[in-house]
Amino acid sequence: MESSVLELSEVSFHWPGRAKFTLSLREFALERGETVLLLGESGSGKSTLLSLICGTILPNRGTIRIAGKDITRLSGGARDRFRAENIGVIFQQFNLLPFGTVADNILLPLQFAPGRRKRAGNAKAAAAGLCSDLGLPKDVFTAKANTLSVGQQQRVAVARALIGHPHLIIADEPTSALDANSQAAFLDLLFQQTSAHETALLMVSHDPRLAERFDRVVRMEEIAQIERAVA
Amino acid sequence: MILRLAIASLSARALTVGMTVLAIALSVALYLGVEKVRTGAKASFTDTISGTDLIVGARSGSVQLLLYSVFRIGNATNNVTWDSYQEIAGHPAAEWIVPISLGDSHRQFRVMGTTKDFFEHYKYRKGQPLEMSDGVIMDDLFDAVIGADVAKSLGYTVDSPIVVAHGLASFVEHKDQPFRVSGILAKTGTPVDRTVIVSLEAMEAIHVDWKTGARTPGQSTPADVIRKMDLTPKTVTAALVGVDSPLRTFALQRYVNEYPKEPLLAILPGVALQELWGIVGIAETALLAVSAMVVVTALIGMMATIFSSLNERRREMAIFRAMGARPVTILGLLVIEATMIATAGAGLGLGLLYCGLVVAQPIVDSAFGIWLDIDAPTLREAVVILAVVGAGVIVSLVPAIRAYRMSVADGMMVKT
Repeated sequence: MESSVLELSEVSFHWPGRAKFTLSLREFALERGETVLLLGESGSGKSTLLSLICGTILPNRGTIRIAGKDITRLSGGARDRFRAENIGVIFQQFNLLPFGTVADNILLPLQFAPGRRKRAGNAKAAAAGLCSDLGLPKDVFTAKANTLSVGQQQRVAVARALIGHPHLIIADEPTSALDANSQAAFLDLLFQQTSAHETALLMVSHDPRLAERFDRVVRMEEIAQIERAVA
Repeated sequence: MILRLAIASLSARALTVGMTVLAIALSVALYLGVEKVRTGAKASFTDTISGTDLIVGARSGSVQLLLYSVFRIGNATNNVTWDSYQEIAGHPAAEWIVPISLGDSHRQFRVMGTTKDFFEHYKYRKGQPLEMSDGVIMDDLFDAVIGADVAKSLGYTVDSPIVVAHGLASFVEHKDQPFRVSGILAKTGTPVDRTVIVSLEAMEAIHVDWKTGARTPGQSTPADVIRKMDLTPKTVTAALVGVDSPLRTFALQRYVNEYPKEPLLAILPGVALQELWGIVGIAETALLAVSAMVVVTALIGMMATIFSSLNERRREMAIFRAMGARPVTILGLLVIEATMIATAGAGLGLGLLYCGLVVAQPIVDSAFGIWLDIDAPTLREAVVILAVVGAGVIVSLVPAIRAYRMSVADGMMVKT
């Protein structure tokens, strides 16, 4: 059985038709249940790397394995489905559909992932359980997402990423919209959940102060080379 | 759940969506309204005369005969002799016959000489008979019954005097033989509204002193002398004929058309009316085309609304994509949205139409004599509504395909 949740090798990617920007990456892997902080300044190719891992863009070369499956060999639709089944995504902010209820938002990925829905069991109960684990008040469940505070919204986003226990959580600077106290509380909750389910976490940030809480810290420039040709 | 989210997304943009729905609703109501008026006008037009099986007149064209005998437009080229009239009346297939004598006018309205049978046999709008709104059918030689429009525009009431002018646009008047209004007909929406009806004998009476189209100078026969004269006409302009059995209509028509003593023409009013509508109906078709364009405009408006919402919804689409939605799902979401807008618009439009009809039906009937039926949507209207929804879906594909492209390019990474 594969122990790596995520495995990239010899990946190379350049945006088509744009001022030359090439990202090449020799080797990068995440073990099961491992938490990794990926540090990088803006423009270091973080977003491109996350898009590659999520399968919304395809590398020109190389393999990207998630839970043992090479997603570069999948069709576009199958990659979307695979992402829904296996990856939980947390954005920097504005994570939620503002017009949907909290429940709608948490259950949304299950809509595109039948397997994950099955794993979640009673989806509504699972969502409610996650909410209470994450310290969200009970009545928030049926509230519209845009009535919540930013901190609450981020916690709902965590619940959505965790529901149905995907193998990997991708978090793109999820704490940058929070103040220092909330950041710490947020990370506590996040680690609690990932360790409880042995979920791997790849968190991207430009803030090195968060480093001590992760199993491993990787700098973007250590794993990937960016080539830029100013046109 | 996706459907529920689409509805939630729409209701979060209630104002712009509402405006779009309203625009579509108004255009659909307008289109269906024009369609209603068109069919109503056509029905009222083709129902101008009903219950009459044949119209007989001197030989000319069928539309021409219809125009002067029923619509009182234009003139007869020739008359039908009283002998021929009597012979047709005596034909075994003829159940009833009503003579019509035209040629004089009162102000801008035509004067028609006929018999009392006219009030019994002239039917309009699916066999509705003429009704008096005031007074009675003419009884005396110098009595006249006037149509609703005549009464209204000239301000006549029962007992008002009327002087008939000779010819149509003439200053020569039959001053010696003034008429009296004995009754006023209720509004029918037919040319009867614009007609002064007198007896056939009265038509003769006012021409007693006239020879070859001009008054004989110095001669004026007193009314009481005229009353004693034989006022049987020598000719009539046309005749409405009822047939005892529909099967014999064509037999009688052939008999009239092949009448050996003078060239006559018998027409089926329904056929001639359809023929005439083919000419008149073009204006309505143009109106319909214009309102169809209004519908198209509203749909393009919807497309513009969806287009302009795309940029602000990039975030929403990125979230859907990150959760595993395929670009096709994004496309479908926008199409579903447009379908709901178009359906709501079409439904609301239908509602507006019926509200409008309830309000407008009596007004339009009394003002224009057009009867607008209020009944369940016809198949044709259902097709129109489906076409609007269908067109909405097709039109929405343009922004939806753009959203598809955007979501492929953006993936889940949108910097806000």
